[in-house]
Amino acid sequence: MTQSTADEDWSATLFRQMLDADVTMFSYVPDAGNKRLIEHVDASNETRSVLLTTEEEGVAVCAGADLVGKRAVLCMQSSGVGNCANYLSLVTGGRFPLLMVVSMRGDHGEENPWQYPMGQAVEPIFEAMGVLTFRVDDRAELEKTTAAALAATGKGGQSAALILSQKFLGAKAF
Amino acid sequence: MTEPTIDRRELLPQLFDSPDKALFISGLAGAAKDTAAFTDDGANLFTMAGTMGAAVAMGLGVALNAPDRDVVVVTGDGELLMGIGGLVTVASMAPGNLSIVCIDNGQHGETGGQAGHTARNTNLEAIAKGSGLPSTMTISAPEQMKDGAAFLKTASGPRFLLCRVLPSAPSAYKRNFDPVACRHRFRDAFMRA
Repeated sequence: MTQSTADEDWSATLFRQMLDADVTMFSYVPDAGNKRLIEHVDASNETRSVLLTTEEEGVAVCAGADLVGKRAVLCMQSSGVGNCANYLSLVTGGRFPLLMVVSMRGDHGEENPWQYPMGQAVEPIFEAMGVLTFRVDDRAELEKTTAAALAATGKGGQSAALILSQKFLGAKAF
Repeated sequence: MTEPTIDRRELLPQLFDSPDKALFISGLAGAAKDTAAFTDDGANLFTMAGTMGAAVAMGLGVALNAPDRDVVVVTGDGELLMGIGGLVTVASMAPGNLSIVCIDNGQHGETGGQAGHTARNTNLEAIAKGSGLPSTMTISAPEQMKDGAAFLKTASGPRFLLCRVLPSAPSAYKRNFDPVACRHRFRDAFMRA
């Protein structure tokens, strides 16, 4: 991952925005794109991370949190979106206001051919399952786009994915 | 392994003193019917009718965020296996207020009674133990149900009770299939409590 100092700031910004919106639980499958975010989660005594074995578990964990009035998010690499497709039935069918944070592979600048099919299918899958998408391509868009995703999944009552593109994250070198 | 002799329709009332004390999450099909019959489809229950494999993870989300309540996941052998990694996640988070009750009939009852893995070589209690759950137990005869009830009350959580049952029909109970209504019902009742 090509990361500059400016890139390192964004995880702290994203974490603070989520915390301010009462997100207290962050379920995740580890990815380079969410590594520092989860470090912020684990460093805070107001938030808790839940390490998953597979991404669709996180859909159900977040829905369970919602059933008792708490706000949780699912953080994953784009590959995991394919694993979640069926479980999004719970979210859309039950109108659980799930927020996902998806760090992309298989888009801008990708050099690993294995990553392209799923990466390119992320937005069609969300569209097919009735999940809104909010895409970040540039650092300058992060706060506003995150705020929009939090609004949609807060009072807006929708399910949504905040998509952190490789244009924003930087592509992994091979 | 001895053949099971438990009639699943008698199981949950024997395992729990009351249908309305704990928060119940159930997986789809037979587990949902049995749990809905036990609680009379109460506001302390969220049942699934799809998303096979999601029950344990959903129960974990509830248990971690409602630490003052007892939370029970009721699932079947097929449902549990589809989300089997959830046991590992439960073990890592280790919520003491979570119990998992698996009704293992060794078959996919909802789709025609096709034999499942537990009718062959798979032992779900061993998987739960290997996942790292601190307390696990198996019952397979009616006279063991009181031991199962005591286990759920006293063993340190998260706990896993495997109930090997006869391949007989689950409770005939028509539950609410509207997930939006069931979500609101559960949330509203929890917030009021």
